[in-house]
Amino acid sequence: MEGSHAVARAVTMCRPQVIAAYPITPQTHIVEALAEIVANCELDADYITVESEFSALSACLGASAAGSRVYSATTSQGLALMFEVCFNVAGMRQPVVMSIVNRALGAPLSIWNDHQDSISLRDSGWMQFYAEDNQEATDLHYIAYKVAEDHRVLLPSFVCFDGFILSHTYEPVDMLNQEQADSYLPPFKPYHRLDADDPISFGLFASPDYYQEFRYENDQALRSAQDVVASCGREFGEMFGRDYSGLVEAYRLDDADTAIVAMGSLCGTVKDAIDELRDAGKKVGLLKIRSFRPFPAEEIKSALSGVSRVAVLDKNISLGSKGAACLEIRDALYGSQIPVLGYVLALGGRDVRKKDIAAIVDNAEKGRGDIFYGLREELLK
Amino acid sequence: MALNLGCTAKPGNARDNKTGSWRVFKPEFIREKCTQCGMCTIVCPEGCISPDEDEFPVPDYDYCKGCGLCAEECPSEAIEMKKEEK
Amino acid sequence: MTDKPCNLFDVGHRACGGCAAALAAKLILEAAGKNTIVVSATGCMEVFSTPYPETAWGVPWIHSLFENNSAVASGVVASLKKQGRTEKVIALGGDGATVDIGMLCISGAFERGTDFTYICYDNEAYMNTGIQRSGATPYDASTTTSPAGKCSFGNPRPKKDLPAILAAHGAPYVATASVAYPADFKKKVEKAVNIPGPCYIQVHAPCCTGWGFEGEKTIAIGKLAIETGLWVNYEMENGEVTRVKKVRRKPVEDYLTEQKRFRHLFRPKKNDGEIAKIQQIADRNAEKYGTDIVLKK
Repeated sequence: MEGSHAVARAVTMCRPQVIAAYPITPQTHIVEALAEIVANCELDADYITVESEFSALSACLGASAAGSRVYSATTSQGLALMFEVCFNVAGMRQPVVMSIVNRALGAPLSIWNDHQDSISLRDSGWMQFYAEDNQEATDLHYIAYKVAEDHRVLLPSFVCFDGFILSHTYEPVDMLNQEQADSYLPPFKPYHRLDADDPISFGLFASPDYYQEFRYENDQALRSAQDVVASCGREFGEMFGRDYSGLVEAYRLDDADTAIVAMGSLCGTVKDAIDELRDAGKKVGLLKIRSFRPFPAEEIKSALSGVSRVAVLDKNISLGSKGAACLEIRDALYGSQIPVLGYVLALGGRDVRKKDIAAIVDNAEKGRGDIFYGLREELLK
Repeated sequence: MALNLGCTAKPGNARDNKTGSWRVFKPEFIREKCTQCGMCTIVCPEGCISPDEDEFPVPDYDYCKGCGLCAEECPSEAIEMKKEEK
Repeated sequence: MTDKPCNLFDVGHRACGGCAAALAAKLILEAAGKNTIVVSATGCMEVFSTPYPETAWGVPWIHSLFENNSAVASGVVASLKKQGRTEKVIALGGDGATVDIGMLCISGAFERGTDFTYICYDNEAYMNTGIQRSGATPYDASTTTSPAGKCSFGNPRPKKDLPAILAAHGAPYVATASVAYPADFKKKVEKAVNIPGPCYIQVHAPCCTGWGFEGEKTIAIGKLAIETGLWVNYEMENGEVTRVKKVRRKPVEDYLTEQKRFRHLFRPKKNDGEIAKIQQIADRNAEKYGTDIVLKK
């Protein structure tokens, strides 16, 4: 099944009542599939064909506030156009779920994958989950809705998966049936809603006497979402056999000297590379970050406590600084003596192979980090 | 006190803000001239003029900002704006 | 949170004394009734009515951003439809939110046939940020970003004709109104909310602070705009003008002299050339909409 179609099917089984989306490569297969599903009455949803991504998320906000479960999907420039609305949705505590089919941001224009789009919304207050494969991409949608709508959380969520690498790839995916999906994800119960019988004003403005407190509460909600993510992930595992209780996931990390930290589809390549490196006698392991927001700093700290060095792979860059994950990992390991080396790579769809991972491990062992990995030779002359 | 989640509010709280304190000129309603046409009630941007039990319009001075629109529009000149002594 | 008694648009809001936008909000809800959900754009009306934790709105109300009220309203409408609910949806915005920054969203919502009513309170500039020029600022009005000066007569362009643009979207009902004629305005609101599909009302809302007149004159100024032909009250149904407010026209000077934003046309000396151009705008309006009362011989 193609990744996009698997996600569209999973979204269908989450029963969103309002869908608003605007086409953008490589997200299109999802919204086309959903349009077909709605057109064939397989999902009782209102599908709003908006005139921009900005309106897509705005419409989702309105529908969510009126009491409906909502869905949208976008990527790259589309997400950038939603920037203002993203902060708004989080601040208004609306549990919108949106697929981000990760793609680079222009300029230069690129339709290919990296994580710059969702990472650039790091500070918006949305949860961000990253999928390694299409099975995880589909499963994370059920979990995202359940966590987002939990009244202890009430925050919106991105489900991020790599454009083309996952979205356009055919993989076997174990799909829930509707009964299973319904048993895991109950109907949406809004915390409060626009309702003439019980009027409430949404989205007041806050003076300096209150603004900071609202930001504090937003921050607290996102931090405490960690426990809810873990429990909803565990419940999913208990019901369907695929456990997502960890916000991070370790692979052959127990006795590792070098830990690689990565997010998204890259983790699959890293795991294969690790197997080969292990065969060659190198003690290398992986810590995959599934939940970038909330960020499980304590979990990461304990997972990495025994390693000699950490190589963080970032498909994004805060220009003038480092990759986002690298900065977070350094912060999480602050006070330990473990060196954290950052590698920015795979921007704009540059392929990463097993030998690249081996080369990065080699670099890390030599203490060479905080570099763009894999630049064209002529640039370095 | 916990904040209202998502910066929301239930109706009625604006009443805590007594805008009558802004007033410089106070409208005085002269019953003898009033024809109960209701124009003052209609044009008041505060919505703070309502009829009493005898159908004569009465402003709520807790909220009247003294803009003078009612006096200006009253067809019977039954409202006079007077400098308020405070 | 406590339930307190309250009008649909309640006392205690922080609008300037004599504010036409506040009056418009009150009249809109008197006409639309309590089974209404209001989606507000950022602007004066939003700010003066909802400083946390106070709200002047007695109906369900939501504010998201400056430019997205039509899109948010689209979502609300879709949600209500799916839930089988009956509330009417009204999007409210000032002229900046409506004719400028919100154009994308409003065009999309109208093209999609969204069942809502959009009401623009047109005070002819960005008042919330301090009287900057918008696409609805009239010709020669002095604003803080189109100031009159030694080589400027104020705003160099006429008002954008958004009612015509939205009528061209196939809107079943488009109307202009003025707070100076409250009964007419309320009738139009009531009509719009009961017509299925996207309806638009642009209500002239004279701004004492931004235009430079005393708050008590709000209605008088609004009437003069109509009496001089610089504002026309009309209704368009399915693209055709069906009703127009007729007037015995006065010269535009009667309107201009009452407002500081046009003072440069009269001081230090009267600028007959520019005033004639404004008179031409009024004459064209009168001709286009047939507003002049013609006495039968």
